[in-house]
Amino acid sequence: MRNIWAIARKELNSYFRSPIAYTVLALFALIFGYFYYTVISFFLLQTLTRVQMAQMYGGEVPPMNVNEQVIRPLLMNTSIICLFLVPMITMRLFAEEKKTGTIELLMTSPLTDWQTVLGKFFSAVALYASLLGVTVLYFLVLFRYGSPDWKPLVAGYLGQLLLGGCFLSIGLLYSTMTRNQLIAGSLTFFTLLLLWIVDWSSEYSGGWWVPVAQYLALTPHIENFSKGVIDLKDTVYYLSVIGLGLFLSVRSVESVRWRT
Amino acid sequence: MIEVQGLTKRYGRTTAVEDLNFSVAKGEILGFLGPNGAGKTTTMRVITCFLPPTLGKVTVAGYDVMREPLEVKRRVGYLPETPPLYTDMRVHEMLAFAGRIKGVPRRQLQEQLEQAAEKAAVTDVLDKIVGHLSKGYRQRVGLAAALIHDPEVLILDEPTAGLDPKQIIETRRLIQNLAGAHTIILSTHILPEAAQTCSRVMIINHGRLVAEDTPQNLTARLQGHETMKLVVEGPAVAVQGVLMGVPGVHRVSRLPAADGRSEFSVETVPGHDARRDLARAVVQSGWGLLELRPVGLSLEEIFLKLTTVDDSEASEAPQPESAAAPAEHKS
Repeated sequence: MRNIWAIARKELNSYFRSPIAYTVLALFALIFGYFYYTVISFFLLQTLTRVQMAQMYGGEVPPMNVNEQVIRPLLMNTSIICLFLVPMITMRLFAEEKKTGTIELLMTSPLTDWQTVLGKFFSAVALYASLLGVTVLYFLVLFRYGSPDWKPLVAGYLGQLLLGGCFLSIGLLYSTMTRNQLIAGSLTFFTLLLLWIVDWSSEYSGGWWVPVAQYLALTPHIENFSKGVIDLKDTVYYLSVIGLGLFLSVRSVESVRWRT
Repeated sequence: MIEVQGLTKRYGRTTAVEDLNFSVAKGEILGFLGPNGAGKTTTMRVITCFLPPTLGKVTVAGYDVMREPLEVKRRVGYLPETPPLYTDMRVHEMLAFAGRIKGVPRRQLQEQLEQAAEKAAVTDVLDKIVGHLSKGYRQRVGLAAALIHDPEVLILDEPTAGLDPKQIIETRRLIQNLAGAHTIILSTHILPEAAQTCSRVMIINHGRLVAEDTPQNLTARLQGHETMKLVVEGPAVAVQGVLMGVPGVHRVSRLPAADGRSEFSVETVPGHDARRDLARAVVQSGWGLLELRPVGLSLEEIFLKLTTVDDSEASEAPQPESAAAPAEHKS
């Protein structure tokens, strides 16, 4: 445990010493802010329209739901931004150490490969969580001026964290496989994109692979979380993707010793 | 302390190290000598558990590198050829990180860090950023990082490579100061270095052990004959004839010279000091004796002798690319 923390701490320090963390956080805050603005604007416009309709035709103003109409689309957008940012977070984790030769220090220290991999994974999760932390500020504004339900929000965040964990473990795996950060980053990006869109064609075609594609796709599983439903099936899906990613990463780190 | 039995390491079809056997006693400084790509780095990487051996058994302090790598790693400090340093860290952060992952207890970390910094003479740069340091300082920071957990065994891969002469002398002194408390293996392709710092030298070529002894014995053993260098003022052919007549002289060869002088390399039978006879012979013939001195075979010459012999053997028995290939794996 102490070893994992030592690695995680070193990685976090290195994120925040270099411009990586600040770049990622700034880009995220900027784009999320833009999404926030458009979603809120649309929400206000709709509210106005409904009030006007009620005034013109009489009757009650139909109820609006902040959770459904603001928080949910925003959380879905968050995961799309992260799709682009995760490769930036993970690509350096192992590739950089391999390039500079510092991997030799880690491999000749009394650490197990699991400790190294987990330490790096947790540091990436921590940076990812701080991205989500930025969104909390925006949602606090909603609580100030509206009265959204907090429970679905918590479920939504849990889903985001699990989804992010999947992204990160896939990125970590690619980083162990090459010494070139660019290759690690682009492979991560395309894999995540593929997992994102793999079920899109299933609406138009049939066959045995449709349910498989639907199960594999990352998006459908986040749907329930953002509605506020913590489904065991989705949780298991995400945890197993994370577990698989980490397991393969450890094997890949080990293989550095065995391959010539 | 370190036992290596029948170590063989192959990279695919090429053999980097072949059937290497040696042991290092506690407190000893063993020097690995050999040209680039001889298998020095590979051997060190096996001892530090960075690479698994293809065949053979390697133990450090009784722990097998394959079965109990964590125990081995706890006892070994390793400085690779390029010191593995995080260039964005400050020196004390770098050392603290090394200490943490090497399992130094939290309470002792500060104390161990200061001790290692002092041993490696980097106390004055603890607050500097590693990336801003000169090559010599980086090497020493690497050494401090290898020393942080006070390991019983130190493995240093070409610790003086790429340093300037002053830094080389400082580094050698540093290593000599570490002897006794630590068992040290260091590799180098610079021979006087091995002669100066090591208590024992192993010469490796093409992944095989060519010779192993103390630097002094190695020199003595390889010198079949004692060699003198003579500079004489006189007709070269006549002088050579007279010198051949001196008792105990085995061979006289003429060296290129100018200004009416002649230079000779005279080999004599071992154990027979022919200096007086040689001097008398020259003077009695009426020539001027300008120089007469014994020449010890330098480690460099021994090395060349040994490795050249090995080369001719290698060309008889086909050994494809065994010299070139391991170099690629160095990086």
